[in-house]
Amino acid sequence: MGKRVGMEVAIASAEAAALCRFDVAAVYPITPQSHVAEHLSDIVNDGRVDASFMTVESEHSAMSAAIGSSATGARTVTATSSQGLLFMSEVLPIASAMRLPIVMIIANRAVSGPINIWNDHSDIMPMRDTGWISLFAENGQEVVDMTIQAFRIGEDRRVMLPVNVNMDGFQLTHMVEPIIMPDQEEVDRFLPAYVPFATLHPDRPVSMGTLGMPEIYAEAQKSKDVALVNSIKVVREVWQEWEAQFGRKYEPVQSYRTEDADVALVTMGSMGETAEIAVDELRREGVKAGLLKIKLWRPFPFDELKKAVKGIRVLAVTDRACSFGGPGGPVFSEIRSALYETTKRPKIVNFIIGLGGRDVHMEDFMAMVRQAAKGKLSEPYVFYGVRG
Amino acid sequence: MTEKKWPETWQEINPGCMVFRPGSASEYHTGSWRAKRPIWENEKCIKCGLCYIYCPEACVTETAEGFYEANLDYCKGCGICAQECWPGAIKMVNEEG
Repeated sequence: MGKRVGMEVAIASAEAAALCRFDVAAVYPITPQSHVAEHLSDIVNDGRVDASFMTVESEHSAMSAAIGSSATGARTVTATSSQGLLFMSEVLPIASAMRLPIVMIIANRAVSGPINIWNDHSDIMPMRDTGWISLFAENGQEVVDMTIQAFRIGEDRRVMLPVNVNMDGFQLTHMVEPIIMPDQEEVDRFLPAYVPFATLHPDRPVSMGTLGMPEIYAEAQKSKDVALVNSIKVVREVWQEWEAQFGRKYEPVQSYRTEDADVALVTMGSMGETAEIAVDELRREGVKAGLLKIKLWRPFPFDELKKAVKGIRVLAVTDRACSFGGPGGPVFSEIRSALYETTKRPKIVNFIIGLGGRDVHMEDFMAMVRQAAKGKLSEPYVFYGVRG
Repeated sequence: MTEKKWPETWQEINPGCMVFRPGSASEYHTGSWRAKRPIWENEKCIKCGLCYIYCPEACVTETAEGFYEANLDYCKGCGICAQECWPGAIKMVNEEG
């Protein structure tokens, strides 16, 4: 059942893609994703996977090449970060509109300016509405597992959508972690060969990426939305199957010590682990703290969230990105909106944390829980720990 | 679905808006956009074919006599043929109404 290895997480994500026997990798390097790009290139060069590595001149080209290669029926992987993701943004909705199951590994990094190469979620948040399935990994193991799951979810004939796997830059990408790397045979059993819905082939003509005039554009968008909304069933199914085969459980919203929780933190990504330790510490002090970790950002898991918040008095939602001039961070406004129709909903407060690689320690999460316990903060959203 | 000009409901949309019938774009008559149409004066035409080469819509064709004409179902009236015709054999004239 796999092999326990110590491996840098960025390298491990490329290894996971190799286990999926990708056909094409079209990648442009950018910190902190570069090790993914380099290692994918190594894997292809060493002949470990029968694949092409496309050297492209930009991220816009990387995604465009990925779309082209996926349209021919090739299992396609790419990876990027920060400015690179923003540069791709023009093409991202086209990948989803064309229903191409590209898998993109994102090393989440702050967006300039000021120029900053460190970790937060301000790159992926503006990409929220591009029609991609969005997974958030908490540790190296989840990065590996989710990369493999991403191909299976995206390629499912009921889904046919691109999937991005988010891993925090540096906090995950550059950490050497203990990871159980699945065997090739196990992955082959979980992930069958990709059978595309249609491919660009001269023998069977098909037009992809066609014009949609006002008479049809709205219907096209509705059909894409329904595909994304319905994909949650397949995500749940794939995660259940993963658990049955590999023994590791995945849920769209993962609860930690919330059964009798009074105040619960909400995190996405690697900070979940620090927050868990903070919850344990608070519990030792007699504070009924809990934690919700969101693993599936798109499609948003409304049902799971509603179930998970039952009985909780205050939710302290953390955001690692700003929505300048808006109602609060993107995760916060999403959760508040999701619970609006619920009659017995918790009070919801918002902390903007961990911007541009700022460390958030266990003590910070403990302090946030204490502040949140009042059910209201000094401002609608608080930049936690900001000097001044 | 192939009988209709476009799918009626969102449920009828093919995944990815894929179109499985080749050449269906030819049914869209871009000529309806036109404000000006090209008129060839064959006495000035030297049959060089530049209008045929430059037409971005590929709607200029050669006639049996070796002169050129535009398929007005598709000609958008961009005027590139008239611009490129160095003997000055093509004039752009306003469409009526």
